[in-house]
Parts: sequence; structure tokens; C-alpha cells
Amino acid sequence: MIKTDALIIGAGPTGLFCAHQLGIIGLKCEIVDNLDKIGGQCIELYPDKPIYDIPAIPECTGEELTNNLIEQIKPFNINFHLSDRVQEIKKEKENWIVKTLNGKEFLTPNIVIAGGVGSFEPRKFPTKSADKFDGKTVLYSIKDKTIFKDKSVVIFGGGDSALDWAIELSKSSKVTLIHRRDEFRGAQSSVDKVKELQKNNKLEIFTKYSIKDVKGNGKLESVEIKDDDENSKLISADYVLGFFGLIMQLGPILDWGLNIDKKTIPVNTETFETNKQGIFAIGDICTYPGKLKLILSGFHEGALAARGCFKYARPDEKLRFEFTTTSKAVQNRLGLKND
Amino acid sequence: MAKITYIEHDGQKHEIEVANGLTVMEGAVQNDIPGIDADCGGSMACATCHVYVKEDWFPKLPNKETGEDDMLDQAYEPKANSRLSCQIIVSDELNGLVIHLPEKQV
Repeated sequence: MIKTDALIIGAGPTGLFCAHQLGIIGLKCEIVDNLDKIGGQCIELYPDKPIYDIPAIPECTGEELTNNLIEQIKPFNINFHLSDRVQEIKKEKENWIVKTLNGKEFLTPNIVIAGGVGSFEPRKFPTKSADKFDGKTVLYSIKDKTIFKDKSVVIFGGGDSALDWAIELSKSSKVTLIHRRDEFRGAQSSVDKVKELQKNNKLEIFTKYSIKDVKGNGKLESVEIKDDDENSKLISADYVLGFFGLIMQLGPILDWGLNIDKKTIPVNTETFETNKQGIFAIGDICTYPGKLKLILSGFHEGALAARGCFKYARPDEKLRFEFTTTSKAVQNRLGLKND
Repeated sequence: MAKITYIEHDGQKHEIEVANGLTVMEGAVQNDIPGIDADCGGSMACATCHVYVKEDWFPKLPNKETGEDDMLDQAYEPKANSRLSCQIIVSDELNGLVIHLPEKQV
């Protein structure tokens, strides 16, 4: 069991800056995020898109912002638990016991939800018939590519994941690639490669088709695809793979007894605490009168939530307000040498 | 100003006057019409404001933005008349526009 002063859910800019603010006031924290990298939406959705409304930074990309925040919290040696998701929380006396999907356990008086619009999950096929094969022969990510050897694999999607796997699996499987339009959004070199493989009969491509049905009794047998005019075609398949990018879902947070208003969590604007003691919500996931879904608002919310955490983490101490420019204690925490 | 009809998946109709300059997404969200999530807030970084434009209106709309089709690849059940409603800016020319909402966004 990992003991910490605060557990932050979400490694986006808001969660990262909250970690900084906790560090400044001398509290320890751990951060859990279900993406495999730090940065949240900034890194997953728009790493290359310039952002123009971070105070005092006229222009930066999502990736630059993330890298700067990582640099800024370096002095605090914060532990990240990536590719993991907080699943279940339980109150025990003054603390919360937090369990993750990968089996980690935390004991903490404070949980700070900085979860944005939820955790990123792969988008699944709209066809209900695909559900019964989900995780077995209908897959949205690949852990072990050897299972596809000498099998018929039907891949849906037009981005890099779909193209890269089509190229890779075509070496030892019968691959069919299906996409809803003629243009692929993956890297041009991958698009060229896929078309070359098609020319050499190493894989088949059907564009302007989408999934209609998945057929098979117990065992997956074929997948039915349709074009815009509802003409359909049947393709035999041992495996069906879907790569439609990621969607965001609130997930287990909905089950924690928090007030929820249109996928957001109402908070008080003094400490950003929710209706549950010791649970705070900051960034895009919180709501209050006048809420703006801006990164700068998330920074402000994180700073106040960190102060809110203090009274539960150090019930016998009084928090003194200090500036980074003048406080020796704060500068020590930042690892600066004082004369 | 344009009168826009949003039709939910179950057939329920909402006729809304939307001010010029707003997007079709904002027209829905500001009037509490269910069925448009707009998770990313209109930055064309998700596909949760996905709508189907009534066939006869589809060719009359300004062309898709660069990258819009890439996001639509990631929408729930995209079709030939799919658009991201955050990329359709309302003007007088859109008076009478009819939008069908998908079964779900995520």
C-alpha cells in the first residue's frame, strides 16, 4: 500500500500543476493516468496544435506545455502510475483507500480528480453483434501479434494504427483493410506501402465500406460490410480489429457517490472540494458558476485544491502563505541552494 | 439568424433560432438539446459533436475543414452526410437547416 498526502487522477496540465502546488506547500502526491504517457488531452489530442492563451506564453504546442510542466515539477520527484486507472475508492477513518485496475493500492486523505472529460478508451464497433467476441476475436488493441499467424484478419480504420498493423500482419496473415472513405489519414509513407502491398496481392483493401454485422456461432466466422448505398459484402475472418481512435469516458468515477452534472462534478470554489470530504475536482471535469474550460482555469483550481488538501494531510498544522521569490522553505522544496 | 431543426435519434424535434456566428454545435449545447457532447469544446479534437446533415442540405454547406474527415473517421457510425457540428458556422444562408443526431456520440 502506497501512503501519500494526495492522489491525483489525471496527468494533464491541471493535474501536473496541482502536483507542483502540493509540492510547494510541502505535500507529497502520486499521479495515476490511464494513458501510457504524461500530458492528457494536450498530448493525446493536440500535441502539435499551438495554444495561444497560456498566461505569459504567447504560443506553445500541447507537447511543449506538457514538457515544461514536467520540468517544473521535477524537484518534487513525483511518482507516475501510467497505463492504469483508478477503479474503486473506499473511506477508512480519515483516509481513502484507492485501488487501481492493475492492482495498486493507495492510502491517502486526499483524492484530486483532474480527469478532464474522462479516461481515454478505444472506440468500439457500433454493431452489437461484435460485443460477444470483444476481447477474444474482436480486438481494439494488440498485445500479442503471434495469435494472427496464418489467420484471416479484417482491419477497420484509416489512421496510423490501422495502416501499421495492416502492413505488419500482412507478412504472415491474410489481411483485409476496410475504411469508410478513399483517403487515409495515416502517414503518407504507410499509405504508399499499403497500396503497394495491395498491388502485389499481399493484402486487400475495401474503401467506402463500414461494418454492418459480425457473424459466427460461438466462433467468429465472417464480417459483413456495407457501402453508403447499403450494398453489402461478406468477408471471412478469424479476427476483426477496429482502430477508430480514442473516446473519453468518465468510467468508475460515476460510481463514487459524487454529484454529477452533465459529465462534470460540481465543486465549491474555495477549495474545489466535491460533495465528498477529501475528494477534489479540478480542470475540465469540475463545474461551478462561471466555469471556463481553459487550461489557465485548471491551474488556478489546482492551486486552491492543493491548499484544500493541506488541512486533511496536516490536520495539526497551520498553512502559512509563502511566495516562491522569498520563502527559504519553499526554495528548499524546489531544491534551490540558499546562501 | 437561422432557424435550425435538430432531430434526435428517437425522432424528437427541436426548432431553434441560432444567432449568426455561433456554430451548429453551440446552438444545440446552449439550448440543452441532448445528443451532442462536444467533449473538446469545439477545437475539432474529438468527434463527439457528430451530426448527420439532411441530404438536400449537405451540398449547400461550406466545405469540410481540413482534418474534419480525419476526426469523423473516429465518430460513432459516420456516414456520407456526416459533419462535425462545431465546424458549421451559422449564417442567414443556413435558415431552415435540418440536422439529424446520431444514436450516440461515444
